[in-house]
Amino acid sequence: MVQLTLPKNSRMTAGKTWPKPEGATNLRKVQIYRWNPDDGKNPQLDTYFVDMDTCGPMILDALIKIKNEIDPTLTFRRSCREGICGSCAMNIDGINTLACIYGLDEVKGDIKIYPLPHMPVVKDLIPDLTHFYAQHASIMPWLETKTNRPAKEWKQSIEDRKKLDGLYECVMCASCSTSCPSYWWNGDRYLGPAALLHAYRWIIDSRDEATGERLDDLEDPFKLYRCHTIMNCAKTCPKGLNPAEAISNIKQMMVERTV
Amino acid sequence: MAYMTDRKRAEGMGSAKEGTHHHWWMMVSSAGLAVLTPFFLFTFAPMLGKPHTDVVAYFDQPFPAIIAALMIVATFLHFKNGVQALIEDYVHGTARKVTLIATTCLSYAAAATGLFAIARMAL
Repeated sequence: MVQLTLPKNSRMTAGKTWPKPEGATNLRKVQIYRWNPDDGKNPQLDTYFVDMDTCGPMILDALIKIKNEIDPTLTFRRSCREGICGSCAMNIDGINTLACIYGLDEVKGDIKIYPLPHMPVVKDLIPDLTHFYAQHASIMPWLETKTNRPAKEWKQSIEDRKKLDGLYECVMCASCSTSCPSYWWNGDRYLGPAALLHAYRWIIDSRDEATGERLDDLEDPFKLYRCHTIMNCAKTCPKGLNPAEAISNIKQMMVERTV
Repeated sequence: MAYMTDRKRAEGMGSAKEGTHHHWWMMVSSAGLAVLTPFFLFTFAPMLGKPHTDVVAYFDQPFPAIIAALMIVATFLHFKNGVQALIEDYVHGTARKVTLIATTCLSYAAAATGLFAIARMAL
């Protein structure tokens, strides 16, 4: 059966409450999941107080401020700070999103930050995305052609290019896949919304000549058909994309070539 | 612990090259049930609470008997496929195979029992 409770060594414990910054009047309470693989302890929820008068507007600003001024051991991924690299995906206030484009004012009350759900944790807010990336690689996220390469470029009409809108923007942050219960329970075999969105991006690319092979590879009760269109992926996507629709379109193509 | 590359783990045993049939028949049985259910309710409801002889005489007619038989077949085939999806979602390992066999047998047994009852009244 699926595991509905956390294993013993993953259960949360009370964490440390860090002192409030001196002289600050506009404080915000931020609770952050902490886990260190080296100390052998269970994960804990540490409490920090951030001075909002000297903090930027985004969740990532608060995290960087905590790391710089309060607790340098706090660990998280970040890079572009503008929603392009997908590094800072985490669970903020119960929603998987990018810390760099999620405003502190979007959270009411205390701010609770956890790593992306149901993934092995490397440390603190860093999930292990190895399998997620390998699944993405397995759908062959590149142009596959059989015709001899043209002298110039592979041509594409404006209409065909438009079909890629809403697909190519995915930054592989894993927010969608880790919000999907099917991915939680069967993530070893189910490709998940992100990889399937990318698969569809190449399936409908007018220049790609491996449509049949791509559909063949996806036709599987677990790789594709574990999606039951509950739309968590579309709801949580920080880029406003709709992986559920892409998956539904793949299923439609599967039916079209069968019936 | 198995020494496998990440790609090997992600690829697993490759595609089973099936699933579309199941998906298509779930849609077909859903559409069928959407049409059949009002007919079934319309034909079945008047018999609720009626004496046994009246019910037997009613299902002796072709229309109510055929609607009831179609409803039973569509419902239990839909049930079988739906429960299969549920089990594949939540049950893992050998338990998955055992529960799949059990629910498949249960679905066909329930459909056969219903059809037998209808046949007994109609024929």
